[in-house]
Amino acid sequence: MMEIGLYHYLTVAAILFTLGIFGIFVNRKNVIIILMSIELMLLAVNINLVAFSTQLLGDLVGQIFAMFVLTVAAAEAAIGLAILVVYFRNRGSIAVEDINLMKG
Amino acid sequence: MFVQALAFYLFAAVAIAAGVMVISSRNPVHSVLFLILAFFNAAGLFILMGAEFLAMILVVVYVGAVAVLFLFVVMMLDINFVELRQGFLQYLPFGALVALALLAELALVLGTWLVSPEASALSRAPTPPADQITNTHALGAVIYTDYIYLFQAAGIILLISMIGAIVLTLRQREGVRRQSVPRQIARRREEAVELKKVPTRSGI
Repeated sequence: MMEIGLYHYLTVAAILFTLGIFGIFVNRKNVIIILMSIELMLLAVNINLVAFSTQLLGDLVGQIFAMFVLTVAAAEAAIGLAILVVYFRNRGSIAVEDINLMKG
Repeated sequence: MFVQALAFYLFAAVAIAAGVMVISSRNPVHSVLFLILAFFNAAGLFILMGAEFLAMILVVVYVGAVAVLFLFVVMMLDINFVELRQGFLQYLPFGALVALALLAELALVLGTWLVSPEASALSRAPTPPADQITNTHALGAVIYTDYIYLFQAAGIILLISMIGAIVLTLRQREGVRRQSVPRQIARRREEAVELKKVPTRSGI
């Protein structure tokens, strides 16, 4: 218990990832919370990468990869929120079940 | 060692509690604030692991940019969030089922995997000893040499996302009277003023 190792960090990351999945399922109507859940999942992935990089292998590449994940997450949040703002401007709602303009 | 364990459990517990509050809080503004709390505690975990640079990047990029972006959007849009929360209890059992299944799978993975003995020999960029060279210095020495193309690609991704966000949200509204400096300068006297010779006592 007192010796903090790789498994402790992996457990935290697993719980955070599960919380992200759970958040997507229970907040199915609210796109903003879904985006935040995705951010939580990416955070869990980053914790995993850094834990393997520092606790197990001593390889810096894991941290570099975590940085690229961070970059892509920032880009994704920016584009997602921009789409959300445009959608709200056009439809006056962001409920997920209203987003069906492209259904066949 | 005791302090390290204490710090780990503190950061981990607060991060997970904040994660729970992100998905369960009624007000999305509170959700964003709890997301910020989760990011801060994850940064604490990174520092405990010895990845200081990523911890600082997490605070600067996520808390400083992404979370504030979320905050702006949540506060800017006039949304009836009570309506969006309906169905929370309806989806709860299925979501809990999926989450439990996923957690069980992750626990199985966590409990059964083994490290290959030659794994550390495959290390591409071994971490230099921390008392000689800092984490930031070591990361920079790898990023700007071996991973320079990926680094540039990351910059291009950010540029494209910035342009995309601007293109998406920029709108030209009709009927707005704006000052147009070139038109004002290009205006000539002939189109602005007309001189009429008015005959005496007759008017125009």
